[in-house]
Amino acid sequence: MLERVVTLNADYARAIDDDRLEDWPGFFTEKCLYKITSADNHRRGLEVGLIYADSNGMLRDRVAALREANVYERQTYRHLIGLPAIVGTEGEVTRAETPFLVVRIMRDGTMDLFATGRYLDALVDDGGTLRLRERVVVCDSGRFDTLLAIPL
Amino acid sequence: MGELTRAWPAETLARVPFWVYQDEANYQAELRRIFEGPTWSYLCLESDVAGPGDFRTTFVGEMPVIVVRGQDGAVHAFENRCGHRGALIALDDAGRVKSAFQCVYHAWSYDLRGNLIGIAFEKGSNGRGGMPAEFCKADHGPRKLRTTTLYGLVFGTLAPDTPPIEAYLGTEILGRLRRVMRKRVTVLGRFTQALPNNWKLYIENVKDTYHASLLHAFFGTFRITRLTQGGGVLVSPDGAHHASYTIGVPEDAKSAAYREQGIRSELDGFRLADARLLDSVDEFDDGIQLQILTVFPNLVIQQVQNSLAVRQVLPKGVGAMDLHWTYIGFADDTAEMRQRRLRQANLVGPAGYVSMEDGCVGGFVQRGAAAASEEVSVVNMGGEGTDSMDTRATEASVRGFWKAYRRYMGC
Repeated sequence: MLERVVTLNADYARAIDDDRLEDWPGFFTEKCLYKITSADNHRRGLEVGLIYADSNGMLRDRVAALREANVYERQTYRHLIGLPAIVGTEGEVTRAETPFLVVRIMRDGTMDLFATGRYLDALVDDGGTLRLRERVVVCDSGRFDTLLAIPL
Repeated sequence: MGELTRAWPAETLARVPFWVYQDEANYQAELRRIFEGPTWSYLCLESDVAGPGDFRTTFVGEMPVIVVRGQDGAVHAFENRCGHRGALIALDDAGRVKSAFQCVYHAWSYDLRGNLIGIAFEKGSNGRGGMPAEFCKADHGPRKLRTTTLYGLVFGTLAPDTPPIEAYLGTEILGRLRRVMRKRVTVLGRFTQALPNNWKLYIENVKDTYHASLLHAFFGTFRITRLTQGGGVLVSPDGAHHASYTIGVPEDAKSAAYREQGIRSELDGFRLADARLLDSVDEFDDGIQLQILTVFPNLVIQQVQNSLAVRQVLPKGVGAMDLHWTYIGFADDTAEMRQRRLRQANLVGPAGYVSMEDGCVGGFVQRGAAAASEEVSVVNMGGEGTDSMDTRATEASVRGFWKAYRRYMGC
């Protein structure tokens, strides 16, 4: 299982960093939860997310909005995703916790350490493919520079 | 403080010199004359300091402030600065103390009103050292603010002559504020957005009803708000505060007005895969889909459909600011309403479908006008006045801001 989670994360990072955002919802099951929050909100049980998607359709809508509607300066991410810790198994669901680091590269070449944190995942085998039923992105900091467009 | 020497274009609010976003001396004067002057700064929610000893730390301008509920039930606020060497007294965002704060540096302590009540080794040790006998603790506390609470919001001021909050806001804005903040609130979460621009560029953006459907394509695409829809802007008589609103009358899908302008926000064929995002209810029973309200100088109260948030503007130097987002709901929300608010939080905030652009446009102006300190910005839509209008194709509330700003700044 560890190897399957590592492979999923590697593919996930490449899809986002290579600007293949249309592939991003495919890492999730149809019924899913994707949320970006901060460690502070998470610890206090405060539920709101910077991004909060409780269906695969909402993930696809996020990508469509980034492509068609939203305005933000050209930028890319470089994800460095650490080794997952498999923290539990409940029936068909595997729970994993994985640290990440995201560098944001702006069009003028400015590179910033944009976000660090951990993915709290619930993973399931979905017809032979490991997919995310849940990915809660818990950022270590609750302070975000300028805006967050591309998903973490 | 000396007179500010830089000149404003005379006789009009429709031109704003770019140096006002760039000049360090002017920025320092703003902190003194506006934030520490006769204005009410938003400090925190009343529920943040619910019980005796509950405190939150925040800022008035750049001045660090402690807000704390006293044993008497009143909310007190004072500068978060030890009267001894000036260190921060409270080091956390929030917490609870029993009856006093103690500075970590030399253990000077303060009661919940900010009075200096204890000095470690005040009498010295073994008869040697200690403070001079004539040292008066009452003369050496941090600066105290007057506080006032309104609809669950806590405001503070340093000036003795700031008018009562109701008079400060005026009846129209007061009514618009009560419209949203009318029940006990519950916090859904908080984020901070660091913006690469002068604080005024953000306030202007929030007050600018003209840009909303032009910059934010998501709005237009999903018919959430458009200039051709019903709505308008209320400006307080002194210009300082505003409330803009949109009434949700769905318009003709083939509206010609935008197409004729060739505006980017008109994008056909873009439909949501999951339309639950826009499944909103008319919780205030008045058909208003969107209301943005500002209280001079640092507060924004936002209702975008069922997404409610309190935004606090914190200047961080002449070219930077922090925006503190507090997402709220009401204590009596059903589980369904709570879920709706979580989903619609996607519309706003640093990653918001209809607000992420506001995070970057201020920086675009800051950078675009970098070499234009002697040039002026044009704020002329809807004329030169600051009166309320039943259209949003106006910059009346932006001019209102400058009317109030120039009065406080004496320029």
